[in-house]
Amino acid sequence: MLATIGVADESELFADIPAEYRNPTLRLPPPLAEADLLRELTALAAMNRPVGELVSFLGGGAARHYVPGIVPAILGRSEFYTAYTPYQPEIAQGTLQSAFEFQSMVCELTGMDVANAGMYDGASAFAEACLMATAVTGRRRIAALETVEPRYLEAVRTYASGRGLPVDRIASPEELTSAHACLAIQQPNGYGCFEDGAQLGVAAHAVGALYVVHTDPLALGLFRPPADDGADIVTADGQALGVGLNFGGPSVGLFACRERFLRYMPGRIVGRTRDLDGRIGYVLTLQTREQHIRRERATSNICTAQQLLALAVAVYLAALGPRGLRQVAELCYHRAHYAAERIAALPGYRLAFPGKTFFNQFAVVCPRPPREVLAAALRQNVLAGLDISDRIANGLLICVTEMNPRAEIDLLVETLGAAAEERP
Amino acid sequence: MTAPARLSAPPEACRDALGERLTFDRSTPGKQGVLLPPLDVPEAALPTDLLRDELRLPEMSQLDVVRYFTALSRLNYSIDTGFYPLGSCTMKYNPKVDEQIAALPGFAQLHPLQPEETAQGTLRLMYELQEMLAEITGLHTASLAPMAGAQGEFAGLLVIKAALEASGRGGRTRVLVPDAAHGTNPASAAMCGFEVVSIPTGADGDIDLTALDAALDERVAALMLTLPSTLGLFDRNILRVSRAVHAAGALMYGDGANLNAIAGQVRPGDLGFDVMHINVHKTLATPHGGGGPGAGPIAVTEALAPFLPAPHVARDAEGRYRLVTPERSIGRLGAFHGNVGVLVRAYAYLRALGAEGLREMSTAAVVHANYVQARLREAYALPYDRRCMHEVVFSGSKQRARGVRTLDIAKRLIDYGFHPPTIYFPLIVEEALMIEPTEAEGKESLDAFCDAMLAIAREAEEAPELLRQAPVSAPLRRLDEATAARRPVLRWRPDPRSEERDRGGE
Amino acid sequence: MEVPPDLRYSKEHEWVRLDGEIATVGITDFAQDQLGDIVYLDLPKPGTEIAQFAKVGEIESVKSVSDLFTPVGGQVTEINQNAIDHPEIVNRDPYGEGWLLKLRVSDPAQIDALMTADEYRAATES
Repeated sequence: MLATIGVADESELFADIPAEYRNPTLRLPPPLAEADLLRELTALAAMNRPVGELVSFLGGGAARHYVPGIVPAILGRSEFYTAYTPYQPEIAQGTLQSAFEFQSMVCELTGMDVANAGMYDGASAFAEACLMATAVTGRRRIAALETVEPRYLEAVRTYASGRGLPVDRIASPEELTSAHACLAIQQPNGYGCFEDGAQLGVAAHAVGALYVVHTDPLALGLFRPPADDGADIVTADGQALGVGLNFGGPSVGLFACRERFLRYMPGRIVGRTRDLDGRIGYVLTLQTREQHIRRERATSNICTAQQLLALAVAVYLAALGPRGLRQVAELCYHRAHYAAERIAALPGYRLAFPGKTFFNQFAVVCPRPPREVLAAALRQNVLAGLDISDRIANGLLICVTEMNPRAEIDLLVETLGAAAEERP
Repeated sequence: MTAPARLSAPPEACRDALGERLTFDRSTPGKQGVLLPPLDVPEAALPTDLLRDELRLPEMSQLDVVRYFTALSRLNYSIDTGFYPLGSCTMKYNPKVDEQIAALPGFAQLHPLQPEETAQGTLRLMYELQEMLAEITGLHTASLAPMAGAQGEFAGLLVIKAALEASGRGGRTRVLVPDAAHGTNPASAAMCGFEVVSIPTGADGDIDLTALDAALDERVAALMLTLPSTLGLFDRNILRVSRAVHAAGALMYGDGANLNAIAGQVRPGDLGFDVMHINVHKTLATPHGGGGPGAGPIAVTEALAPFLPAPHVARDAEGRYRLVTPERSIGRLGAFHGNVGVLVRAYAYLRALGAEGLREMSTAAVVHANYVQARLREAYALPYDRRCMHEVVFSGSKQRARGVRTLDIAKRLIDYGFHPPTIYFPLIVEEALMIEPTEAEGKESLDAFCDAMLAIAREAEEAPELLRQAPVSAPLRRLDEATAARRPVLRWRPDPRSEERDRGGE
Repeated sequence: MEVPPDLRYSKEHEWVRLDGEIATVGITDFAQDQLGDIVYLDLPKPGTEIAQFAKVGEIESVKSVSDLFTPVGGQVTEINQNAIDHPEIVNRDPYGEGWLLKLRVSDPAQIDALMTADEYRAATES
């Protein structure tokens, strides 16, 4: 090949690089052949204690959920995972049609008119939804209810900081003004409780703000969708729908909105059309919103998103169907309520929000700092929950899923009970 | 090469039915693909006023779901089925052992918020990856938080903005972006509140120094530069450029999309870059997934490290790995710690390569692109006649004069069994055709591709209609994108035919 | 390239026809050809005051966005809803059914700043 190119040595091809900086010595670990690589990384993985080896009641935006075998089987098809972004639709119908399925399913779940093909994760989708509201309304202030999961609010602040948009963390809708582009809430909220979704929607619209609702897609298997409460934009994280944990990523952000806001929606969108022979096919459409065309005037800078995980969600939902999803949600709901009732009966423990409706996450107040309770529980191989004592004194956030059979819940109760009595 | 190879496509019946009938159309009431265990606790009262009435989702058996998605997968072109000469995408082979590693339960089943002492394996992997990326880029440390290149750009520019503010150079409102830049560059700058000023590329393919000098004043926060550029050319004035930028009190942002050309050959930090994002789904061979997930970690100088996004992985005096928030962090970008599952693959790739492997990678990538340039330069116009790096940009202008567009050339390549190169980018080249072979392809593969391109050039002269009708051997012919944009149908509806009729479709 | 002789043209490829006080504005055959299949029109609302040569809207094709500038200033009286609903009309008949907006001109003399058909044809052919 060098002969065809017309050089004697490969190094001539790098002649444009300033000579004084060429061929640096990089201090990297020595290369590993495949078998050695596998051995080395298996040893690294063994230094972790995955939730599969423990009993986990950790939530906070991700949880241990069942990933049906069908999901990795389909995702493992290299025609899906080694494919490029579908800019040449004639040879990418697998990706495009499954994205269209995903969009359709997100619309059905959320009750909204249109959905995009996915964002990075729920938190960044939520942040982009707030930005979108400022573009739609022409207003600069973002209002978010204080019960939103703090990490989500932090993501909103980071995204808003780019254009210097103020983010107001408010305690009640009474603090809304006509300077606010949106009221953004999490439903169920960061403590697992349901807000009065309909009333909040009314309050948002009363000041001419958009109603942005970040929801739990699994809860939507059972509960009324945010569209019924008047949501204008709905976001969610797809982690519970066949995505797995992976230490927090990759996941996929769901993003849906009302039809009249379609042109403001960030992200890729797939549409249905026909080819020259009249056959139905799918293409990326409304691309003029995006960065590769509109550049600095784009709705967002997003390019590569999380297509493969959108496929995972589509496969999961197709395999479970409406009844399966409802059954998963019911398992979560009833088991969580069983756990809450039993824990509330433990001496020294009480529910942080008694009487509030919740799905599968709830906060309890512990008789001792949660840090100590959790350490004691971990000694029994139980991840008892999330320490939220920075928000609620001695607060612990517990999440129960379809992966926690009754025996595990009983173990949790036992462990918490014992932790209350243990000498520190 | 005489007749074009036909792509293997599913049989006619399968092909026709797939697009028309989605999962919703293939449903039978009552079917369910996955069964759940029975409830093992007492039923709690349900808040009936909050329950939904109906949920419309597909109802299929598991076998039917598997067959449907398997059939869909066979409509896709992919690296595992063929060559992607896509400029600026670095579509190289995705090592299967990396998939195996990422799927190990020890990595895959880790909750992001579990106690750090139970996640030391992954935290150590992340820490070491931060270090390796810093070493490769010649910078101080890296943040693994950005979930894609574009998010890396956004974070990197916010870091620059924060750092300038902290050093008394706040209030700089402009970011300079070459006219050849990828669209995410100006889009990211705009998201950070910057005014974007476009700097022309000179006729020689390097940034126009006069225009750059004229634009560099105390309003400029940064220059965003891709190196090599989106034209596949290494800017011969890079040292002068970075000195000028720094002299004006601004910073150098590096778009690392083309890192495949120079990793191991030179360290961007040595050339004056202050921040650089790396597309792991390009240079570090993590799978593209049909449009993600990827990751866009950013490497920065020591001065910028305090401003990095949260979380960052640190190692304490006892050798324990912790997630920390940098002291003046711009904040978090998402709910958790980045696309860790993807980063595991990137880490494994680098551990397999080592420093020498990295140099071999970039050397081969550059040799391959120059080989393609040499083989095709007679048939296709070369707007910048100089040594390219890992990618080469041609123009379809010769063929345009015969009434054939780059789009037609691209579609005809499909009939020859190849995915088209990047087309109509960068914007500054008329009828652009950008080819990046990567180091992964062998000479046979490159020759087959070049032979196809030469055959198409001949067809453009002798039988241009073949190009305009192309592709004819793909699962679908050319699609009507105009109608898709004019009358968008973006979700399944019970009867798509009546929907199209209602909207007055063709 | 069609360039009707009775119209006046801007360098941004818009045309205008003046009937007394009312001007009708559209894009030229050259412009629609350059854009390709037009898919979306973003036009100013009736009642809006627009200044000569100001950007008043956007025209989208599948793969591009173009700014729409007005060749004369005044108050928008009407926009072509038919073209909004069926943007392909602008490609098919840019000077007739593909008109974009009508306005009541503030100063009819503004038309003198525009090119004649011959001048425009010469400008696009160069």
